[in-house]
Amino acid sequence: MARGAVAVTGAGVAALVAALVLLPLGAVALRAGAWPSLVPGDAQTLWFTLWQAVVSALLSCLLAVPVARALARRRFAGRGALITLMGAPFLLPVIVAVMGLIAVFGRSGLVNGLLAGLGVAPVSIYGAQGVVLAHVFLNLPLAVRMVLQGWQSIPAERFRLAESLGFAPAQVALHLERPMLRAVLPGAFAVILVVCLTCFAVALTLGGGPKATTVELAIYQAVRFDFDLGRAAMLSGLQFALCATIAVLAWRAVTPTSFGAGLGRAPVVQARGAGPLLADVLAIGLAAGFLLLPLGAIVLRGLPGLAEVPVAVWAAAGRSVTVALISTAATVAAALVLALRVAQGGPGALVLDGIALLPLATSGLVLGTGLFLLVQPWAAPSDLALPVTVAANVALSLPFVYRLLLPEARVLFADYGRLSDSLGLHGAAWLRLVAVPRLARPLGFGAGLVAALSMGDLGVIALFASDQTATLPLVVQRLMAAYRIDTAAAAALVLVAISFALFWAFDAWGRWHAAT
Amino acid sequence: MRTSILATGFSCVALMAAAETPVLTVYAGDYFTSEWGPGPAIEAGFEAFCNCDLQFSTGDLMPRLLLEGDRTKADVVIGLTTDVLARARATGFFGPHGQDLSALTLPVAWPDDTFLPFNWGHTAFVYDTTRMEAPPATLEAMRSLPEAVKVVIQDPRTSISGLALVLWVKAVYGDQAGAFWADLAPHILTVTKDWSESYGLFTAGEADMVLSYTTSPAYHIFAENDLTKKAAIFPEGHYFMAETVGKIAATDQPELADAFMAWVLTPDFQKTIPVANWSLPSALSQADWLEGWAALPMPDKVLFLTETEAEAMRVEAVEEWRAALSQ
Repeated sequence: MARGAVAVTGAGVAALVAALVLLPLGAVALRAGAWPSLVPGDAQTLWFTLWQAVVSALLSCLLAVPVARALARRRFAGRGALITLMGAPFLLPVIVAVMGLIAVFGRSGLVNGLLAGLGVAPVSIYGAQGVVLAHVFLNLPLAVRMVLQGWQSIPAERFRLAESLGFAPAQVALHLERPMLRAVLPGAFAVILVVCLTCFAVALTLGGGPKATTVELAIYQAVRFDFDLGRAAMLSGLQFALCATIAVLAWRAVTPTSFGAGLGRAPVVQARGAGPLLADVLAIGLAAGFLLLPLGAIVLRGLPGLAEVPVAVWAAAGRSVTVALISTAATVAAALVLALRVAQGGPGALVLDGIALLPLATSGLVLGTGLFLLVQPWAAPSDLALPVTVAANVALSLPFVYRLLLPEARVLFADYGRLSDSLGLHGAAWLRLVAVPRLARPLGFGAGLVAALSMGDLGVIALFASDQTATLPLVVQRLMAAYRIDTAAAAALVLVAISFALFWAFDAWGRWHAAT
Repeated sequence: MRTSILATGFSCVALMAAAETPVLTVYAGDYFTSEWGPGPAIEAGFEAFCNCDLQFSTGDLMPRLLLEGDRTKADVVIGLTTDVLARARATGFFGPHGQDLSALTLPVAWPDDTFLPFNWGHTAFVYDTTRMEAPPATLEAMRSLPEAVKVVIQDPRTSISGLALVLWVKAVYGDQAGAFWADLAPHILTVTKDWSESYGLFTAGEADMVLSYTTSPAYHIFAENDLTKKAAIFPEGHYFMAETVGKIAATDQPELADAFMAWVLTPDFQKTIPVANWSLPSALSQADWLEGWAALPMPDKVLFLTETEAEAMRVEAVEEWRAALSQ
């Protein structure tokens, strides 16, 4: 294996990522000058941010276990499609997701309609419970996929062995499933926790008021409304510290699994009896209902306006797809190099691991403002709107892909490293024959994630956008600002459909390659 | 890092600055230049006589100007709302507009020699007559709404209209503003980041009333032929808001910038405002308004805070709002 090449490119990519994240933050802090103090309400903001993120991440992870187990051990018609579809909420632009949730859980939504029919008091989606509900809706799909991948990474041979040894379900859980969960859940928890920490659109629409202020919202206010760069820099520093602490704690909780290599056969996970069957049916049914009903509402809401979607929407869609595809190629390449380098271990692996997760903790707004400050002496920022969007997309989605690839890259080295070495496989041949086929599933899933996330991103380019470079989310927002709410819903549906199609195409590629 | 950006292979906008055509660069808010905003009509109208190329550059106005400082490419900035004028003026970037203000038809005095208003409106709570038969008749009545009535408003820390609301309440209630908020709090369904999310919730049937503008019903009447959306008009008065144009003092196109400023007050420009911006023109007598617009219900009393008053009140008013709604 070309260990030297991986090490050098890995370090290069890491340096680039660190620069992309830290330089803008530094530019903002430098420009700010005076260091401000905290204001009344900041303690409450910090507390709410942390509290809702911990609860949301915990719930997402706990709920993901039965759902992923059910999906791992059952085979039924439409299973593949269901798994793909259930991944969709994570890909939704937050504002679209919120509208879908409101259609189901809102005051005049489906659930309250049913409850009213039964004579039960209505439930309210507005308030802290709504924020948690929305965060679970957005992140449960990610948790399910990460845990499901954990299940699928246990070689089928281990389950066969367990079966032939007459293991009871409790013993399978003890020897196979619990070690896998110990390895997968802390990572999933940390990623979702950080996503919930840095998200603010959900909290602001469903939070019910200033009680639900998050740190990211305070940053938004400081940058766009008060123009207080010092406060923005201080708050994002605070957010950074918070996320870094979590990343370190999660890192310490991770224990790598060692199930050994398998033959790559499709797993046959058996769980006989009515009890497990009922549990699995319930888990899949409830999760599918929870995740798919709001999606259905988004589709229904957007369909009527679809016929009269203006040309500007399609032009913006074209731009968005181009941006998404370039972002995907760059992100996947960077994440693969980083994951391979870190999986090799050795000096510096820990530092690189930290750098790969660094962008998760950054605020998109501060990143955008900092890039603006850096770019502006050299070029007109509006000319660079799309390249900056790509750069921001790469930075902000890199941690997800990296996180997906890392455990599998570790397994790859542990299981196939010596064989590859003894066969003298290295360089491009090793990538093509060993790495890509073994990593195809997370590569495809990760590429799908980046593509979809890159379709939706908005916050970063608020300072750069011009008319010729408007991306689809921006057009949706403009339509809403011009009262064209039906057209906006249709454009949002176009956005969701394209995001999902991109995700599906990449994910299907990954699964197809993993299967062959 | 810059190399990486360049290496992504994008080089998007080819600047087609033909040497013989001077370019007037106008910074505008993000909503402004889409085909559903007033930008395209304004651009076409001005280019028809200016022998120039008007180029809009969209995005956040104040953050961008402050970040760019002396390097700004802007000649003219359009869309600065009354609430940010104190801060815009303090930058020292803007020069006198040099226009005769006698053409203005605003309901308030406007002696400003720097910022020229091009539209105006008031904040108001909008309701749907099919869902609310007896809207509150006064702002005071908002404190004792029936239990089930829910209102959706915008965050004064992130939205111009949300800020206008807390200033409105502060202007009416003064020291008692906190008590007003405490009474309204149980009826506030949620607070959104900006106006469009609130309005979306309202039209989706989630809220009975939404903080919007007295001119919002006009969109439903004239664009959708829907007469069910109305603004509740209160005798305590409504908070006045205007959007303004300012000329960058250091512009390299002073003649064009002056011509643009002059054009803003002409009927040609003013007539594009109502249906493109869904607000009222700043220099057009009611007799020249489009049919039906003069019939929109408007408040008798207009509350207007000068930028000094508004700026002095802002921090306290927002903090009272935050404290009352955080209970």
